[in-house]
Amino acid sequence: MDDLIKYAPDLLAGFLKNVQLSAVCAVLSLILGTVLVSMRVSPTPVLRAAGTAYVNIVRNTPLTLVLAFSALGLSDTLDVTFSDDPGSNSFWLVVLGLSLYTATFVCEALRSGINTVPMGQAEAARAIGLTFLQSLTMIILPQAFRAVIAPLGSVIIAMIKNTTVAIAAGYLAESAFVMKDTFDDTGVSIPIFLGIVVAFMIITLPIGFLTGWLANRLAVAR
Amino acid sequence: MSSQANVLFDTPGPRARLRNNILTLLATVAILYALYAVYAKFDARGQWEGRIWQPFLEPYTWTGYIIPGLLGTLKAAGLGAVFALIFGAVFGIARLSDHRWIRLPAGMIVETFRAIPLLLLIFFLFYLAPSVLGGGDYTLIALVTGLALYNGSVLAEVVRAGIRAVPRGQAEAAYAIGLRKGGVMRLVLLPQAVTAMMPAIVSQLVVLLKDTALGYIIAYVDLLNYGFKIIPAVHFGSLIPAAIVIGVIYVGLNMALSALATWLEKRSRRSRKTSAKPVVPPGAAVAPGVGSSTKAIVD
Repeated sequence: MDDLIKYAPDLLAGFLKNVQLSAVCAVLSLILGTVLVSMRVSPTPVLRAAGTAYVNIVRNTPLTLVLAFSALGLSDTLDVTFSDDPGSNSFWLVVLGLSLYTATFVCEALRSGINTVPMGQAEAARAIGLTFLQSLTMIILPQAFRAVIAPLGSVIIAMIKNTTVAIAAGYLAESAFVMKDTFDDTGVSIPIFLGIVVAFMIITLPIGFLTGWLANRLAVAR
Repeated sequence: MSSQANVLFDTPGPRARLRNNILTLLATVAILYALYAVYAKFDARGQWEGRIWQPFLEPYTWTGYIIPGLLGTLKAAGLGAVFALIFGAVFGIARLSDHRWIRLPAGMIVETFRAIPLLLLIFFLFYLAPSVLGGGDYTLIALVTGLALYNGSVLAEVVRAGIRAVPRGQAEAAYAIGLRKGGVMRLVLLPQAVTAMMPAIVSQLVVLLKDTALGYIIAYVDLLNYGFKIIPAVHFGSLIPAAIVIGVIYVGLNMALSALATWLEKRSRRSRKTSAKPVVPPGAAVAPGVGSSTKAIVD
């Protein structure tokens, strides 16, 4: 317990980095996931194929590989960098890798949401002369989003937990690294581990409850 | 995809066809440009040099590095899967127990392990093992235990959902013919539940297989470790070719497993061995509402 109190400032600073990563990645992956799902249901075969290929490849790649590649491959070998400061460079590399990875799961969730929209809705949209993009953005996607709030919540929770893998991209500031660093100092400490776990639960459990509640409240009455 | 059964857009008329063709052209150009940009970047950094791709034509790269790495990954995945399935079955059934003193602790354990970020759990076990068990190499033990506890908790939920998906009449009928609790579970509920939850179990095994790559971070010698650390160290500069090769192996393995899950799901949908509906993999799809005809817009 003394260890937990002694290292609390470091641990908290590390955890706040996880929160930052989560917030940025959540926004980016939701946007990119929506774009991907629009591609996958579009009338243009090339876009459909590109979307499907992207989702199938990235979804089946381990996140550790994606993040390690973004650091060792993209940044170190191909010289794609975001910033001259190594800390902020690796932060954005994690954001890039984690968002690209999570977007595929957002896309899959939304796709199953589109499946729940009754055919009549799309037919009616077409009948009043809406184009594909209009019926998608005004009729289909709003209902699809409301149908998959709970699964999207699970995707976001999984993403928040995945921010700990940032260490694979050489980002040495968030909880997993701070915990490892502290263990190197003091040896294994159960209170420190539990403290970090509880911190994650304080974020993830309310998101689970909130999305569950929203899913009921915003469910499309049919 | 057939042109007639589409919901989101009509069979195109002349104007829409023109628009589609223009869009196709633009999309093709954009994708080709993106591919070219990658090619040019590789070229500028000398990633197409034969020297760094050469190692993958040598048999030893495969027999000495990639295959041992793959075996390391498969060993962790196999052990993790076995223990996760045992954990999942035990705790899934325990959560359905009639006794509160079994049900509540089982529920708490499952919910806790599901909420812990897997990497933190693996790190913790990795540092805990030497102080409890003495010195030694605990990478495999930490990785497998972490994978088994986390995926086992997810599987426990799958098992619980699978048993609950068997219609209530089945258990009632089983009790009516004089079976006891154990018999009802073993002879009636579980066999039907297993068929229903097979697809969800296999999808979770894909997650487990992908998560074995976390072993890389604690220096477990798996495919990722050979690809990102050992091969580039032996053949200087071969990092990107190695990453591409092992990426293809991972994607191939996982796609094969996913295909198995899809096939199992189709089979169990028309199976008459069970009266339960297939269990949806956790965190994945919600039940499809429109069914067959919207299939066309998403496939």
